[in-house]
Amino acid sequence: MAEITYRDALNQALAEEMERDDSVFLMGEEVAEYDGAYKVSKGLLDRFGELRVVDSPISELGFAGLGVGAAMVGLRPIIEFMTFNFSLLALDQVINSAAKMLYMTGGQINIPMVFRGPSGAALQLAAQHSQAAETWYVHAPGIKVVTPATPADAKGLMKAAIRDDDPVAVMEGELLYNVRGEVPEGDHVIPLGLADVKREGGDVSIITHGKTVHLALQAAKRLEKEGIEAEVLDLRSLRPLDVDAILATVRKTNRAVYLEEGWPYVGVGAQVAATIQEEAFDDLDAPVLRVTQADVPMPYAKNLEQLAKPNAERVIAACKRVLYRT
Amino acid sequence: MRETATKKGSLEGFSREEVLNMLRRMLFYRRFEEKAEEGYAIGKIGGFCHLHIGQEAAAEGCIGPLREDDYVVSAYREHTQALAKGMDARHVMAELYGRSAGSSAGKGGSMHIFGTEQAFMGGHGIVGAQVPLATGMGWAIKYRGEDRVAMCFMGDAAVNQGAFHESLNMAAVWELPVIYVVENNEYGMGTAFHRVSATRVEDRSVAYGIPSSAVNGQDVLEVWRHFQELVGQVREGGGPRFVEVRTYRFRGHSMSDPVSGTYRSKDEVTERTERDDPITLLRDRLFEAELLTQEELNSLDQEVRAEVQEAVDFADSAPFPDPSELYTHVYSCINEHGRLFFDGRDR
Ligand SMILES: Cc1ncc(C[n+]2csc(CCOP(=O)(O)OP(=O)(O)O)c2C)c(N)n1
Ligand SMILES: [Mg+2]
Repeated sequence: MAEITYRDALNQALAEEMERDDSVFLMGEEVAEYDGAYKVSKGLLDRFGELRVVDSPISELGFAGLGVGAAMVGLRPIIEFMTFNFSLLALDQVINSAAKMLYMTGGQINIPMVFRGPSGAALQLAAQHSQAAETWYVHAPGIKVVTPATPADAKGLMKAAIRDDDPVAVMEGELLYNVRGEVPEGDHVIPLGLADVKREGGDVSIITHGKTVHLALQAAKRLEKEGIEAEVLDLRSLRPLDVDAILATVRKTNRAVYLEEGWPYVGVGAQVAATIQEEAFDDLDAPVLRVTQADVPMPYAKNLEQLAKPNAERVIAACKRVLYRT
Repeated sequence: MRETATKKGSLEGFSREEVLNMLRRMLFYRRFEEKAEEGYAIGKIGGFCHLHIGQEAAAEGCIGPLREDDYVVSAYREHTQALAKGMDARHVMAELYGRSAGSSAGKGGSMHIFGTEQAFMGGHGIVGAQVPLATGMGWAIKYRGEDRVAMCFMGDAAVNQGAFHESLNMAAVWELPVIYVVENNEYGMGTAFHRVSATRVEDRSVAYGIPSSAVNGQDVLEVWRHFQELVGQVREGGGPRFVEVRTYRFRGHSMSDPVSGTYRSKDEVTERTERDDPITLLRDRLFEAELLTQEELNSLDQEVRAEVQEAVDFADSAPFPDPSELYTHVYSCINEHGRLFFDGRDR
């Protein structure tokens, strides 16, 4: 196994799938000549040519819709959003066209495409450039959502997303692109809908997805020093959601904290908490708590931004609360 | 060939004082942004910071002819436009520093400068999003029967957004008092305009029947003269106007990008920076017309630098926002019933 960055893992996945299937193409702002705003598509233009790696104008609604149209007639587009913040402009095509097409055509037309790019906050980019987009997407039946946290997951989930016959949003993280990790060589595909226990523990479950997996692991390490063994369950895929894995960890620890970057209201944690109380009520020894971004638009000022983001202290405090160890 | 001094003590119909003021203000914008660049390098300013260096004549020449109560709306490359509209440099710098004394209380940062007192309406980070907003201000002006004008700045890449086209159509249908200004600096980030655009910027309003024009954006006198005329037409009920201001960005797209790169060569940047600097161009014409001496320029620059330094000192000594400010400004009124916040931190 080679140790590579998250960025290179995505790059490999894109290259391998484009090699495998010539109906796959990549379109988005700066993806070709500039190698992608975050260099994820580095070298792909040289390798696959300008018909398959395409610089778009700044027309998110237009090129997302173009992708859906191309998918309606058999291509397998990968549409890159420079960041998912800008995909809000394209949400009409994502939800009203891509997600609903199969249903409203009575099964005639499926949409095998990928929307991808970084989601969530980076550093001091303020309100319009710092938001987690998961909830906007996962809310709509008809679209699937994955959120890889490690290089291996990035590669495996990207490949699965490209091969999937439905629209899949692959939400990456700006602050994850330089993360290094071991990635299996060759055709490494991770089926959608499988969560992954990133750390085992018997006292409390920290359930999370995407970038905050790393925060959960930090918190777990610190809890260990206080004699608390936290299990970290990385959902990896938000829809399909691995409910079995969620129930299994709750049955093991009887206590759960959901950690996410997004806002709390109708967030992913809200869905997971609802699922837990519906299907594992008797296994719970405490209410499910959530640690999220503060329920405000992201402020610019450094000190306020730090307060707004979820941090290890708040995860630790939530874990102790469900353990009644405050 | 441009004319030089038309009569003694003046330049192309502008008085010496007027032209010196333009020079002084453009110098001020330049020095302000150089300090922002410095602040970014030492970590006092964070996030995205897009400089307007090289494009100052657009701020000065477009906004100069406006009245105080005319609206200006812009994108994220807006520091100098905010200053041109009369915002206090100390408050703008404090905003870049993320301090409570900043124009947006430290919550907006470089991309979200707003000053309602000066009718400077932002500071918008989503490419093209400000275009419908300016159109709405034009609508409100017409609705209330005022004689104000709304001026909307955007980059060349914004003309490929749907919101741009929808806005121009509405402005034309309802004859709104809006001047749409495209600062064409030839690139949207690392993409040359022509690579992703089927027609020229100048042609973009034609389909909507909005009169279009183009000016040399490095020549502040030309820009000023042109906008003075347009502002008059729009104020008198002439309906919307569309202008391409041809300019060039001397720095990288933002502070986190290289100045040149794969998309434009070092030589191109050097050549354009040397040839097209709006400040140098104006300075040389003043020298030529013998309206300015090197000594006078030096003392002007000293004054400007001192003023900018004062803004920096103000920003740097201003406190960070109080933690309690995290939850202010989310809603403007807290209702008597029901819960507004859901992160549990208020309980
Ligand atoms: C809707 C949207 N898409 C993408 C971006 C990222 N982005 C920020 S600036 C920019 C280039 C815009 O270029 P232009 O309009 O020419 O303005 P300039 O930066 O040259 O002043 C891009 C792609 C964004 N902010 N908003
Ligand atoms: Mg541009």
